[in-house]
Amino acid sequence: MKVKKKFKGLSDKAVGWLFIGPSVLLLLAINIYPLVYAIKMSFTNFYANKIGRVPEFVGLKNYIKVLNKEAIWEKMQVTASFMFWTLLLQAIIGLGLALLLNRKFKGNELLTTLIVLPMMLSPAVVGVFWTYLYNPQVGLFNYVVNFFYDFGSFDMIGSSMLAPWSIVIVDTWMWTPFTMLICLAGLRSVPNYLYEAAEVDRANKWQQFIYITLPSVLPFLLLALLFRGIENFKMFDMVVELTSGGPGSATELASINLKREAFEKWKTGYSSAFAVILFVTIFGFGNVYVKVMNKIKER
Amino acid sequence: MILLFVSLFSFSVNSNAKSITLGWAAWDPANALQELTKEFTAETGIDVNFEFVPWPNFADRMLNELNNKGKTFDLLIGDSQWIGAGAVYGHYVKLNDFFDKEGISMNDFSPATVYAYSTWPKGSENYYALPAMGDALAWAYRKDWFDRPELKSEFKKKHGYDLGVPTNWNQLHDMCSFFQGREIDGQKRYGAAINTERGSEGITMGVTAAMYAWGMEYENPNKPYDMEGYFNSPQAVEAVEFYRKLYEDCAPPGHSDAYMVANLDAYKSGQVAFQMNWYAFWPGVSKEDKDGRVSGFFANPSQNVSAATLGGQGISVVKYSDKQDLALEYIKWFARPDVQQKWWDLGGYSCHNDVLNAPSFPTSTVYAQGFLDSMGIVKDFWQEPTFVELMLPMQEAIHDYVVNGKGTAKGALDKIIEEWVEVFEADGKL
Repeated sequence: MKVKKKFKGLSDKAVGWLFIGPSVLLLLAINIYPLVYAIKMSFTNFYANKIGRVPEFVGLKNYIKVLNKEAIWEKMQVTASFMFWTLLLQAIIGLGLALLLNRKFKGNELLTTLIVLPMMLSPAVVGVFWTYLYNPQVGLFNYVVNFFYDFGSFDMIGSSMLAPWSIVIVDTWMWTPFTMLICLAGLRSVPNYLYEAAEVDRANKWQQFIYITLPSVLPFLLLALLFRGIENFKMFDMVVELTSGGPGSATELASINLKREAFEKWKTGYSSAFAVILFVTIFGFGNVYVKVMNKIKER
Repeated sequence: MILLFVSLFSFSVNSNAKSITLGWAAWDPANALQELTKEFTAETGIDVNFEFVPWPNFADRMLNELNNKGKTFDLLIGDSQWIGAGAVYGHYVKLNDFFDKEGISMNDFSPATVYAYSTWPKGSENYYALPAMGDALAWAYRKDWFDRPELKSEFKKKHGYDLGVPTNWNQLHDMCSFFQGREIDGQKRYGAAINTERGSEGITMGVTAAMYAWGMEYENPNKPYDMEGYFNSPQAVEAVEFYRKLYEDCAPPGHSDAYMVANLDAYKSGQVAFQMNWYAFWPGVSKEDKDGRVSGFFANPSQNVSAATLGGQGISVVKYSDKQDLALEYIKWFARPDVQQKWWDLGGYSCHNDVLNAPSFPTSTVYAQGFLDSMGIVKDFWQEPTFVELMLPMQEAIHDYVVNGKGTAKGALDKIIEEWVEVFEADGKL
């Protein structure tokens, strides 16, 4: 009886908290606490491998060091270039494939499944097997390229000019299906009557694409690019397996450099500052991007 | 319920069993050790579990384990460069008292290996490991190609001396470039598979083989950590330039991120006339000579001085282990001369004087004499507790210059010194 009374006494709000409480606690423990801890560490000269050494407060020194280090800006340039080309190619090819697969033809389902396959592989595995594909002596990539035009033997991974393209190609191969799937969902949500009305108004296919298809699919495409952008900003495994950031540092993305500073050189304070800067950067860009995306949607 | 009972029962069985776990890299000698250890289990009843980690992840995996005070390993065969961190950060058990108690004398082991694998500070009598696996960077070559009369006469005509084991790096380059792009038995061959790996330590281990031979010193012998004019001396610059020339003129296509396994593959598949690699691999290479392939082996050629890059490891007891007594028992057994002899017979590189000084040792295998020669001239990378922090900038700068072709050798070495100064300052050494 007593128990029943107590149970009756729980308000809706309390029940609500009871449900979300564990999730909130988990979020605080594995997201918020580490973030706050990292921010705290970023103001110290902490080295996680130097046991017993008390970290000292160094103010903004780590932030100044990160921002003044030429090598960091080189890594940021490499990351920006990687993001620009992968997003551009994935947007164009992904949209193109979605338009293709939106048509009804024999073998459509099979082709969709085949196109989507790379996305389902582990990035580390993809990195490893592309090193074989890129091998200048036995790799298929050289063979295929030379089939169309005889460039002779070239080393995609060992050349500083080609290595950045080698990671762009692999990422595009792997993740274009993702952009394609989202765009396809967008295309399938466009009501048919819009095209029928356009045909009545004698709009040609190009005009239909520009005035109906593109505006309808654009919010979907932008959403896909947002996801890809965030993912590629922190890209790590595929590139490490493929090039190890080399040759030299030609493909050393910011995330790879951060891992090396944090868990190989063990410069915990310095790398925390670097991580906070990267977080603020991606958070800032993400916010601006979402605002732009919402404006486009409202139109 | 049944599952719970079974799992509880198996847990209690496992926790009662006498077993230890040994961590090492995944390579040929580890398999030999596993074989050897069966005798230890038969003698003592102590099971030894092995965890072998592939080389590219070896340092990451093991050092993370140590830094996190992990209990996964009771024994660790760690790289020579880790000894400083193992001692200073308290990851390894100091073995002096145990050695004294068990009558294990470090005088019974090759001095170079004791210095490199066991002591910290260097040259002191504080021992944190027992020398387990002697190793140095050396070279294997296609003796069967070298013995072909038509190639021998063509080489002699071109260079004015015999095609054979190179006595210096210039000769090595002559020979490697002689084979570069040459067709032998209807197949295109290349000069040499050398270390160019970027991620862990590969290119550093390779380029230092040249730098040591040119006479490079890391620091002023009279003023520790004073590197200017030593590490970037004209000789060191010349050696790095030479290594780039060797890569450009003699490496097979696509050999831009290669270390142990890639060098072995290039050699075994018949692509190259030479491969640079660790002695640890020579038993396997020698055993697998087939289809007319005959391998010869030689120590790192000299240039201005005789020197070779040190590899190899000592075996240490992990401080965080709950089974230190069992782990020490293993070390006691492993230090026995008869076990050391079996270790060499199985393909491991013993560092015990009884094995190395035996009259039959130099002729026991085709690479034994080279091993003895090398162990007398070895030089190692920094063994400081901060060695990873010191290794990474060197990997990046050297790879950037040698493989990427960016900048100058002097610029690369200057950049490395700049980073090293920062590391030593943070460590309170400067």
